Amino acid sequence: MAEKLLEVRNLTTGFLTEKGFVKATDRISINIEKGKTLCLVGESGSGKSVTSLSIMRLIDYAGGVILEGNINFKGQDLAAKKQEELKEIRGNQISMIFQDPMSALNPVFTVGEQIAESLRLHQNKNKDEAWKEAVELLRMVGIPSPEIRAKQYPNQLSGGMCQRVVIAIALAAKPELLIADEPTTALDVTVQAQILELLQDLKEKLGTSILLITHDMGVAAEMADHIAVMYAGAIVEQGTVEEIFANPSHPYTVGLLQSIPGFEGERGGELYTIKGTIPGLGNLPQGCRFNPRCPHVMDKCRQVEPGDIQIGAEHKTKCWLYEDQAKVAAAGKGEHIHG
Amino acid sequence: MAKNLVEVNNVKKYFPIHKGLLNRVVGNVKAVDDVSLTIREGETFGLVGESGCGKSTLGRVILRLQSATEGSVKINGRDVHSLSNRDLNKMREEMQIIFQDPFGSLNPRFLVKDVIGEPLKIHTKMSAKEIDERVVELMKMVGLDPTRRNRYPHEFSGGQRQRIGIARAIALKPKFIVADEAVSALDVSVQSQVINLLMRLQKEMGLTFLFIAHGLNVVRHISDRVGVMYLGKMVEVGETESLYASPLHPYTAALLSAIPLPSPTKKRNRIVLQGDVPSPANPPSGCRFHTRCPFAQEKCSQVEPKLVEVLPGREVACHFPIGVEGGSDLSKLQ
Ligand SMILES: Nc1ncnc2c1ncn2[C@@H]1O[C@H](COP(=O)(O)OP(=O)(O)OP(=O)(O)O)[C@@H](O)[C@H]1O
Ligand SMILES: Nc1ncnc2c1ncn2[C@@H]1O[C@H](COP(=O)(O)OP(=O)(O)OP(=O)(O)O)[C@@H](O)[C@H]1O
Ligand code: SF4
Ligand code: SF4
Ligand SMILES: [Mg+2]
Ligand SMILES: [Mg+2]
Repeated sequence: MAEKLLEVRNLTTGFLTEKGFVKATDRISINIEKGKTLCLVGESGSGKSVTSLSIMRLIDYAGGVILEGNINFKGQDLAAKKQEELKEIRGNQISMIFQDPMSALNPVFTVGEQIAESLRLHQNKNKDEAWKEAVELLRMVGIPSPEIRAKQYPNQLSGGMCQRVVIAIALAAKPELLIADEPTTALDVTVQAQILELLQDLKEKLGTSILLITHDMGVAAEMADHIAVMYAGAIVEQGTVEEIFANPSHPYTVGLLQSIPGFEGERGGELYTIKGTIPGLGNLPQGCRFNPRCPHVMDKCRQVEPGDIQIGAEHKTKCWLYEDQAKVAAAGKGEHIHG
Repeated sequence: MAKNLVEVNNVKKYFPIHKGLLNRVVGNVKAVDDVSLTIREGETFGLVGESGCGKSTLGRVILRLQSATEGSVKINGRDVHSLSNRDLNKMREEMQIIFQDPFGSLNPRFLVKDVIGEPLKIHTKMSAKEIDERVVELMKMVGLDPTRRNRYPHEFSGGQRQRIGIARAIALKPKFIVADEAVSALDVSVQSQVINLLMRLQKEMGLTFLFIAHGLNVVRHISDRVGVMYLGKMVEVGETESLYASPLHPYTAALLSAIPLPSPTKKRNRIVLQGDVPSPANPPSGCRFHTRCPFAQEKCSQVEPKLVEVLPGREVACHFPIGVEGGSDLSKLQ
């Protein structure tokens, strides 16, 4: 068994809204091994960003509260730590690339200064060294003429370039865990290919572990060692990348894979769609959370929520269709390390 | 063969670069530089290319949302850029645009029924009651619940907001729609719903689309023909399937090779482009792609290649197109 860097157990995060307290993530459990990539995929609004912000404990600043669960990072429970203690870990051992690059940059400093600042903070580099390395990092993330760009302000760069600057800042710390929330969604495919290659490189050369959030199954196929599929706040299926693509089991995962227009084969026909829309927070149906949209729904699904059912070596799914294959019963049982 | 609905001839769009206290023009961003294309009635023409290559600008110039620096655009035989304001207004009914951002492009202070009904109010003499009936009909057509027409756009999900934008765009029964990254911001499951909707409306209403997107698989699915732009130039135009199966232009080949495959076992042989993306204010001489092209030869930096038909239904602007006699050989790269 590979060494685990991050072990999240039963993580439940909620927000106080006009409807009262609602859960945005519901007993999430994921593992990330050293030097491996876990991709978190799922529909918009399913809770992917909330999960990553919770792991970083930045959710505290977004009005969210961790209600339950542990976040074990190298033997320490981040969920139980104070914010001051976390500052040491954040940006040093764990860094994050945010979904919205513009808001992560400071408009009054040049991008070079912002990267250099991060290098000075985390690696005790002097001013000249830091500047040189900042320019190098910009080159690494594929920014043309980095010497010139380093002296420019965020509003002088295109959206795609700003995203690459944000990536450069996250890499500056040489983190053990990199959390990247849709890092390439705003970029065109040739630039995306460059960034993905860069992340792969990082993983191979420095042994960095990556939590990659994406809704592009192509990106997930290329990058992931493991995949976790999220729907309406819960991980409904997880497994190795091979298991998920060769043998998708949860009807939501199957629908997601079927909805993608292909590169080869027939075109112009009607694309598969998952009917309906994701339920809003606090509006979860009784039983299986996917049941109003599921083509295989059974009576039981409307009443009782399925737990994790082990269907392969590392492959788990939350769906009653696999009840007979169940080797291990409902999630949470026996592994409730919460104290 | 269907007649040409849109004819773009040698269109240029330059944005002046100003500098200094006197605001002198010191150069031009050549966003679109001598582009010609035709779109047939009832077809979907897909437009792809690197970020900043001029796709949106071309779309806006075609609809005269921006003036052209040079060249002409004809829609249905009429020269869009020489129409009087009154005729242009009339013509606006026939051509519409759907924007990328389902969040930013809808007026947040308008109720959904006003967003959809606005073009009817401006361009027709319909009564309030008739407009309301048409709004209900339009919402049904795009799969929205018409009882929610008295709500605000922010109360709808991303996919639903994109449908509101589509309902508004088809309100006046246009002939031609420019869809600029209309599905890019949506996740796959919602994206497939909106794509199906666009294709269904096209069949039902005989619509013609200019479909601008960076999702290459989506473009393949929806387009009859595809145009590839690089730094303000159209570098390849062709029938979709054969263009995707055997690209002629080295840039098209590089672009297609970069699409991630949704399969962990199949891997593409990726053509990694070297060098910086040049500035559109100061594009390279000769072929604009020569600074990054793996097949560039001496001629490429000296002579600009013209877009010509080298195979039936396949046009390319390259001195050494891939797979053509005397051209470039992809297999030499790997
Ligand atoms: N600060 C907040 N206050 C209240 N609700 C929130 C807050 N942040 C997120 N939510 C809600 O939590 C749910 C999950 O949001 P999240 O941003 O994690 O989705 P996501 O999976 O990242 O989606 P996307 O693919 O669109 O980024 C959504 O319903 C969202 O509206
Ligand atoms: N109003 C403007 N003033 C000055 N330059 C502009 C203006 N609009 C566009 N440009 C420039 O023209 C070029 C083409 O821009 P355009 O928006 O057409 O690209 P695009 O192909 O649509 O890119 P993307 O895929 O990122 O949307 C870019 O270099 C851009 O910076
Ligand atoms: S448990 Fe039932 S409703 Fe839920 S995904 Fe499985 S079959 Fe569908
Ligand atoms: S003309 Fe020359 S440089 Fe340009 S694409 Fe063709 S081979 Fe490459
Ligand atoms: Mg998110
Ligand atoms: Mg654009």
